[in-house]
Amino acid sequence: MKKLLLLGDEAIAQGALDAGISGAYGYPGTPSTEIVEYIQRNKEAIEKDIHRTWSANEKTALEETLGMSYAGKRVIVTMKHVGLNVAADPYMNSALTGANGGVIVAVADDPSMHSSQNEQDSRYYAKFALMPAFEPSNQQEAYEMPFLAFDISEKYHLPVLMRVTTRLSHSRAGVDRREILKENEKHLPKNPNQFMLLPAFARKKFKHLLAIQDDLVKESENSPFNKYTDGKDRSMGIIACGLAYNYLMENYDEGKCPYPVLKISQYPIPRKQVEKIISECDEILVLEEGMPLVEEMLKGFLKNQKIKGRLDGSLPRDGELNPQIVRKALKLPELPSLKIPQIVAGRPPALCVGCPHADTYKALKLLINKYGQGHVFSDIGCYTLGFLPPYQAINTCVDMGASISMAIGAADAGLFPAIATIGDSTFGHSGMTPLLDAVICKSNIVVIILDNDITAMTGMQESQVNGRIENICIGVGVEKEHIRVINPLPKNHEDNVKIIQEEINYNGVSVIIPRRPCIHVLKKRKK
Amino acid sequence: MKKDIILAGVGGQGILSIATIIGYAAIESGLNLKQAEVHGMSQRGGDVQSHLRISDKEIFSDLIPHGGADLILSVEPMEALRYMPYLTENGWFITNTTPFVNIPDYPDTNKLIDEIKSIKNNVAINADQIAKDLGSSRSMNMVMLGAASLFLDIPYDKLEEGIKFIFGRKGEKVVESNLKAMKAGKDFAKKNK
Repeated sequence: MKKLLLLGDEAIAQGALDAGISGAYGYPGTPSTEIVEYIQRNKEAIEKDIHRTWSANEKTALEETLGMSYAGKRVIVTMKHVGLNVAADPYMNSALTGANGGVIVAVADDPSMHSSQNEQDSRYYAKFALMPAFEPSNQQEAYEMPFLAFDISEKYHLPVLMRVTTRLSHSRAGVDRREILKENEKHLPKNPNQFMLLPAFARKKFKHLLAIQDDLVKESENSPFNKYTDGKDRSMGIIACGLAYNYLMENYDEGKCPYPVLKISQYPIPRKQVEKIISECDEILVLEEGMPLVEEMLKGFLKNQKIKGRLDGSLPRDGELNPQIVRKALKLPELPSLKIPQIVAGRPPALCVGCPHADTYKALKLLINKYGQGHVFSDIGCYTLGFLPPYQAINTCVDMGASISMAIGAADAGLFPAIATIGDSTFGHSGMTPLLDAVICKSNIVVIILDNDITAMTGMQESQVNGRIENICIGVGVEKEHIRVINPLPKNHEDNVKIIQEEINYNGVSVIIPRRPCIHVLKKRKK
Repeated sequence: MKKDIILAGVGGQGILSIATIIGYAAIESGLNLKQAEVHGMSQRGGDVQSHLRISDKEIFSDLIPHGGADLILSVEPMEALRYMPYLTENGWFITNTTPFVNIPDYPDTNKLIDEIKSIKNNVAINADQIAKDLGSSRSMNMVMLGAASLFLDIPYDKLEEGIKFIFGRKGEKVVESNLKAMKAGKDFAKKNK
């Protein structure tokens, strides 16, 4: 069969499909979005009617996943690293309920924060939950891992985590497909208590989870994805995790590294191989994309000087790796290269020409000039770019939904006006619950729901609240006369300023909905 | 055979189409390929780049090392210079000269061109003008692909097949104008390299 040219994300999707999933759940988030998107447009997935609709947020997605697993089917759930924070409650508990049909929690981390508000390493979550984790180093492994991951998930009745990072998520390479597996038959858990976490059951389940840890280590020791390659020069041994393995091999002709190398792509850490490399080599360099998880465990509180990596400065403490950073840690001479000419100016991302958010921010800016800076709490999406010149219209960006909740807290502290700006999809994700808080407390806030008809930042995914925003606000208890829909166009500028001013003047919860589709949605729909 | 190519531009300028066509041609020629690209926030009018690696041997890193690129191919002059650290000593620097100005402190264009002309192996090409003269201003990126085709070590007809493959759905006319644009870019580079 011909090789498929796939992004890392797409390879995971194709692998999950071929390993027999019946559903893919998730919420869009860079760099994870393309996993579900691929399944949404894949012909075979459509024919089989694999579930492939976006969920309202990562928590609902993970719970829906557990439901499908309960019914006996294989299922994958996808999110970005901060999405796993949102889903942390069901995720942690799923280590106790375990899985019936196999479960893969696929999480894409974004070291160096290309498109994120922080950098986290989701392998810590796997360790926290005592779950196995898989970390592919290339697209072919990203494709093959779901097969083994589902087998292990079903063998131990335990969800597994699959972790990728930006550079693999968004890099393409040729992938060979394997034989396609059938979907599982629907079947309920053999043990009717399996998904029941009353304390008496949960205690037993936790003991069971602890008891199988040694078996999970053995799985890692025997994993085809963990590989020990001997080397003649034992002055150093190298442990390279996931993608970092490539940056190591890049620095040697045809990947011929003179040192012993342990590649880790399946966790818990394979004990046998780690003990071997540590006992045989004078020094150990640990290469990890993300945070120093393996390094910290090996180094320990007593700081074993033999272990080198991000903690002793051999590698930078933060940010993603690349071939030249790893080259330096290997003490190889730098390749000759030129500097960026001084004439080159920075080109940060910006709102597109004709963006509806730009018009809303222009109106808002006038009012900010009147009340002074520091009154606008914002959220996660394209509209966060409203912080930058020429708009400088917002003051905060923390996490999905925080605009409304922070406005409430600030209003409670006496800040006036307290304004929230939040996108339509973000509102559906995590804005409805704080709005309920606001209604209950009659908070004096203005919530501006920027409705551009789509989840724009991540590349045009359907928004769950499309066509439902006013009804949701009414349902939550916002007074009808203080739900105002405006059209953010230059010609409506003065009217819009007036309406925002009126709602600032109202002492209570106001919702303003500037509604105009993203210009890219319009282009896409015309095609 | 090994070609490491940095593709550069501003979000929305069409560098991913260039990457897709070269990628298609490489795979059809039986070569290995890795191509890293940028999604998400930076796509909104920010600087974007793609690392395209082609080889008949195994390719490890998805990213090209500093000092490792055989080719910088840019659809925008300032963006081309941003990736100078990637270029090898004898690498080729091929750029469009039409600036994309969406920032207040965009540098003086003449100074940019002087900087570009000072690079050892450069091809500076007004691809926007050439595309416009052909009556298809949207195929500027294909003019640039044509200019690069001389340095790719991939048969030209495979690139033509790539264009047919990705623009085929849009009809014969679109395919034709893109093929013409690529040819024009190639002819220009032949005369001016």
